[in-house]
Amino acid sequence: MTATAPPVAPPTGRTEASRAGSSGAGRSGAVAWMVLPALLLFVVFGVIPLVGVLVLSFTQWDGLGAIHAAGLTNWKSVLTDSQLPHSILVTFEIMILSWAVQTPMSLLLGTFLAGRQRYRAFLAVLYFIPLLLSSAAIAITYKALLDPNFGLGPGLKLGFLTQDWLGKNTLAIGVVIFIVSWQFIPFHSLIYQGGVRQIPTTMYEAASIDGAGRVRQFFSITVPQLKYTIITSSTLMVVGSLTFFDLIFVLTAGGPGDATRVLALDMYKRGFMSNQMGPASVIATLIVLLGLALALILRRLGGSTTASQQEGA
Amino acid sequence: MDPNTTSRRTFLGLVGGGALAAGLAACGSSGPTSTPGSTTGAGGGGGAGSGTTYWFLTGQPQQGIREAQVKRFNDANPNTKIKTTEFQNDAFKAKIKTAIGAGQGPTLIWGWGGGGLKAYVEAGQVEDLTDWLNTQEASLKNSIFPSAFTAATVNGKIYAVPGETVTPIVLFYDKRAFEKIGAQPPQSWGDIMDLVPKFNEKGIAPFSLGGQSRWTNMMWLEFLFDRIGGSEVFQNIYEGKKDGWSDPSALKALDEMQKLIKANGFIKGFSSITADSNADQALLYTGKAAMMLHGAWTYGNMKASGGDFVTGGHLGYMNFPPVDGGKGDPSDTVGNPGQYMSISSKASAADKETAKKFIANNTLDDATVEAWVKSGNIPVVKSAKDKLSSITDPNDSKWLNFVYDTAANAKNFAQSWDQALSPTQAETLLDNIAKLFQLSISPQQFATNMNAVIGQ
Repeated sequence: MTATAPPVAPPTGRTEASRAGSSGAGRSGAVAWMVLPALLLFVVFGVIPLVGVLVLSFTQWDGLGAIHAAGLTNWKSVLTDSQLPHSILVTFEIMILSWAVQTPMSLLLGTFLAGRQRYRAFLAVLYFIPLLLSSAAIAITYKALLDPNFGLGPGLKLGFLTQDWLGKNTLAIGVVIFIVSWQFIPFHSLIYQGGVRQIPTTMYEAASIDGAGRVRQFFSITVPQLKYTIITSSTLMVVGSLTFFDLIFVLTAGGPGDATRVLALDMYKRGFMSNQMGPASVIATLIVLLGLALALILRRLGGSTTASQQEGA
Repeated sequence: MDPNTTSRRTFLGLVGGGALAAGLAACGSSGPTSTPGSTTGAGGGGGAGSGTTYWFLTGQPQQGIREAQVKRFNDANPNTKIKTTEFQNDAFKAKIKTAIGAGQGPTLIWGWGGGGLKAYVEAGQVEDLTDWLNTQEASLKNSIFPSAFTAATVNGKIYAVPGETVTPIVLFYDKRAFEKIGAQPPQSWGDIMDLVPKFNEKGIAPFSLGGQSRWTNMMWLEFLFDRIGGSEVFQNIYEGKKDGWSDPSALKALDEMQKLIKANGFIKGFSSITADSNADQALLYTGKAAMMLHGAWTYGNMKASGGDFVTGGHLGYMNFPPVDGGKGDPSDTVGNPGQYMSISSKASAADKETAKKFIANNTLDDATVEAWVKSGNIPVVKSAKDKLSSITDPNDSKWLNFVYDTAANAKNFAQSWDQALSPTQAETLLDNIAKLFQLSISPQQFATNMNAVIGQ
């Protein structure tokens, strides 16, 4: 079948890689030079602002006047503030629930789309559209659709759709998780689609000879073979969800009350709405630390080796 | 792997996809879309040293009137032209603060006065205009409603010139809804509470409210505080008096507020309705709600979007009614006593002169006053009254006279709290008001949370 074509490609890739690896010291020096532009960009736009935020977290500044040193007062006030545990809780709630919704959905969708039939390429494009929309546009659209008086529910006279979607705490969180999933499932499906296409078809052929059905093949071959893809996609979901801001800001502005006030929104509100740059910088630092910790934990979960599983296949 | 056969299709696909993505992204972007003004060369707008600059908000009819002012000035003063940059409301609020903090602000700073202006003053960013207004421009100063100067004054000195329009908060109602239940508009807070079950029985929400915007809820508290405890209750808070929020009248006002919410006084789902989309106004003019407490600025949109609601004479309006046994003066009002223009202290002497000349000659001149009145607004000057007789539409004429009288006769015209207070206090206030309206905190908890930030 046509499906035998891809497995031919990796060997050539691997030989190229091993050739590059075996070359002399002059070659690796050239590689180091090539890293420089990226490194420079990272220092200018990554490291320097990070240090700036760390410094600001020890100062008192309203964004307008002079900056005064404040010692540890910002850290003390933020860490003892009752808002912080709440924001962390909401952040984790949205992170975990949206992970739990997105992962199985994208895994299934990705596996389905990895088939070679022509219409699947068309479907893949169709599924991909939500990712192309800006979060602000998505938020505005959903807000209009969910409006309890002029939205989809009252328009179509559907009672169950006529809820106070963004006005009740649990419903609002549910809506956020739904929209986040709707927006990012296409992206993760794409990753899984790529992952599934890397699995040698010989494994499936062997399994069918042994009499394994589609479901059995999925759980015994596809899912275990996608271990590292799952880890990669989960890391992106988890770390990415720490920075959810635009969607929630436009959709609920952290409301109702502070039910959807995630860390990033808390930071923005303190910094740019309350003019308290110091406490906002503390939260920004906490977000960086939390992101780092989560990424490291997920990496540990996946095992430290990044070698391909195909080696053993 | 043959590049010749696949490249064209891939290329077209990439171009198409990219264009689609860019197009879709552009649709929803709520970012800072600064539209270059009539005389602006480059979009970004200049900071110190690039001539006299003026940043203001987009949105009609205000935008057109502001543009006309600058054009008149530039035509009359070809050597000292003013460059303008226009922003959407939210983008402006974020950009102006950052720009001023970075020393890149415009010469003419447009704003809302109050706590925001105070922050500029404390950072030494705006000019003291007291002497200039008291000596050189005394006639300009005397032509403006005196109540408008409160929000322009910090520590006894004037740092901004009131301009544009006075927009009190008004109780709007739908006359048709009152006919349906056979009742009269409320004359007291007790009447309001009595009307609530009557409207609910007929399936009409008593009040429309865009609660997600939070400041919409705040308008209710502003009036209840005033009508129950008088204007000094908030004045104490504004001046930083300790425990000002737990004044007995304040607690009573908060309690009355929650009573109205518990009695289903507001439309179902009010906490997910925003005012930016004008959905709250739509609820009133489509007959889903009977009354609405909102700013005078909503009149224009209700007239434009509400079908025959305004033109057919169905819109009623009144000042907020008194609360039985309350201390407040029933003529008091709240809202925006004006918009404000300050001059950057970082601008060059020549630019400051140009800015002063513009303020003095073009912001409240005869042509501007006439344009404001024609657009359905009352400018902050006493001479606005003389222009009212020229309005031919009976609905507009009645409305403009009402707004003028409300503003001119108010014993106390309090500035909206979120603008009067410092940004730190305002944000805490809006957060707590949202929770109070959700009934997730009690009046006592509200007072405690707010007392914690008094004076900050």
